[in-house]
Amino acid sequence: MSMLEIDKVSKVYKTGTFGGDVMLALRGVSFDIGQGEVVSLIGQSGSGKSTLGKILLRLLEPSGGVVRFDGRDITSWSKHQRRDYYRYVQGVFQDPFSSYNPLYKADRVFEMVRGVYYPSSSRAEWEAKLEDALESVSLNPADVLNKFPHQLSGGQQQRLLIARALLLEVKLLIADEIISMLDASTRVDVLNLLVDLKKKGLGVLFITHDLSLGNYISDRTVILRYGATVEMGETHKVFGNPQHPYTKSLLTAVPQLHKKWESNGALVTTGPLARSGATAQFEADPILAEADADPRRYSRSAIHPRQQARAEASDGPKLSLMDRRDVPWHQRFGVRGPDYAAVIAANPPPVMVECEPGHFVAQSA
Amino acid sequence: MSVKIDNLQIYYTTLRGEVKAVDGVTFSIGDGEIMGLAGESGCGKSTLGNGLIYLEGRMRHAGGHVTLDGKELPIGDAKAMEQHRLRSVSIIPQYAMSALNPTRKIGRMTADLLKSRGVDYKSVLEEFRRRVALVGLPADVLERYPFELSGGMRQRATMVISTLLNPSLLIGDEVTSALDVSTQRAVGEMFMEFRDRGYVKSTIVITHDLSILAQIADTILIMYAGKLAEKADAQTIVNNPLHPYTQQLLASLPEVGLRYDEAPLVGIPGRPPSLLDPPKGCRFRDRCPVAFEQCTAEPPFVELHPGHQVACWKAIQDAQSFNEEPAAQGAGR
Repeated sequence: MSMLEIDKVSKVYKTGTFGGDVMLALRGVSFDIGQGEVVSLIGQSGSGKSTLGKILLRLLEPSGGVVRFDGRDITSWSKHQRRDYYRYVQGVFQDPFSSYNPLYKADRVFEMVRGVYYPSSSRAEWEAKLEDALESVSLNPADVLNKFPHQLSGGQQQRLLIARALLLEVKLLIADEIISMLDASTRVDVLNLLVDLKKKGLGVLFITHDLSLGNYISDRTVILRYGATVEMGETHKVFGNPQHPYTKSLLTAVPQLHKKWESNGALVTTGPLARSGATAQFEADPILAEADADPRRYSRSAIHPRQQARAEASDGPKLSLMDRRDVPWHQRFGVRGPDYAAVIAANPPPVMVECEPGHFVAQSA
Repeated sequence: MSVKIDNLQIYYTTLRGEVKAVDGVTFSIGDGEIMGLAGESGCGKSTLGNGLIYLEGRMRHAGGHVTLDGKELPIGDAKAMEQHRLRSVSIIPQYAMSALNPTRKIGRMTADLLKSRGVDYKSVLEEFRRRVALVGLPADVLERYPFELSGGMRQRATMVISTLLNPSLLIGDEVTSALDVSTQRAVGEMFMEFRDRGYVKSTIVITHDLSILAQIADTILIMYAGKLAEKADAQTIVNNPLHPYTQQLLASLPEVGLRYDEAPLVGIPGRPPSLLDPPKGCRFRDRCPVAFEQCTAEPPFVELHPGHQVACWKAIQDAQSFNEEPAAQGAGR
């Protein structure tokens, strides 16, 4: 059984000035992550890849679907259960500079972990543990402890955050664009660190828009487009034998050192960025028409979410919101109800077909 | 040579002294040349790019000259620079996506900008519309607010506005860094398109991404800690780099098709030196795998092969042992 199962997860955001419109950020995404496995989640901005990362970290509530960790559904967990969850699942984010409070020393992040998870550990125990964690991210304690964030390089800061995650018995790391802000010289160190940790059994969800990084590190690859999986499978199969036109177009656009863009043929632009242009280079492409009809935007459904909420609230017990903090958000406000489900049901994800063993591709409509 | 930079020094004034971000760089860019400027963060590449158009309050022009189209560019004199900005030197800033005024429509904002340069908006409107169409933006983009455009569209709009008056020198500062691969390619190809159509004469593309430069640049200049490390045409830099820093920088780039178990990449250990009080001699010395005694002296930036300049004692030594000829040429300079 896989460590983490993502089962038909959908997310609906309210958009528009008064939240009257909805946007489907994730459409029935399903995949799993095993122990010691690196899965890269690749997609352009707006494809929903960070939304999924946040759902896995319980920073967002899914509008539909289930996330299971070791077979247990995490989406309905209360705050206390969540604390245990965070012992095993941790996140590291894109911008290391804003992950620290600049007024405190950087190692305060470790003390905060100690305060919550190891309040009874002795000083010596703790220091040994800390040293272990720092060693596994190849940092020298003397270089990084007792320093302010601005005294550390981006790579050091990012490794410190990974060390923080390792202090817990972390089994799964959600790495959201963790190296895109680092220099080429330091990003490799962080990348290789993830490889080392993976060999020790850590599962990693590596969220990126950089295909070469994803390819370098991951065992399996999931390609997202407008919130739906278009292709997934073992990395060498997805990259070596891409089936979906979107995957192919992404691969032609990757800048490479020894191969010119032109040799890949003209740019196949996708998504709302491209419009019919005047020159050959920016000419309309075969899948543009499909992209223009951006499947994420839908007008409001028959019942307005807020009307629904009011209807439900009038029947339910009259508790103040503060008293019901442990009740999941959607039950408190009642807006996750049938109308979101209807939006999700009305826009099912494309059917994934297995084109070769361990390689799935979305069937075009 | 439309742009000549001679021993340019730009320092930052801080409470602890002067940070020598650009410390004596000399190079030139030809007409129609796209020069890539690459290096780690803090190597001075953005300072150099920004310094050519606008010196912020804490930046100081500490020495050297910039010549554009045969005339001196008064980069230290903010007032005198006024007539050059947008007309002869123009920049696409690092955060081009947020460089647009959020309270004005694109057309109105451009009109304001041109008015401040003494240009009549109506006289260039037709050309503006033509170029907007050229980069594949819809015609009604002039009537839209920036927030109505996607990131890639804003980036293109900024590029069109920056180059509207056909500047001699265009500086693109980390233009592609925040973009997705397909938008990156579209924007990269715009640089070549603009050059081919003669909208800009010389272009400096500043980035830390060498693979983008391998695609669009004619020549690549590598900077390290405020100094020039290596300059050559793009193919030479990618295939036959001489400076150990360039070699290591290239070795740390993952390529599509490579996996960690097949070809593990190596990073560059260590950090660049502080530019507050930079060390004497070669600044890459502490991180360099091939450093030797001579590196305590500052290496000259010499031409070892035609069009291939390097600041590295080891490379100079190698060139000498292989062939006396190029070394003699280099020493002559």
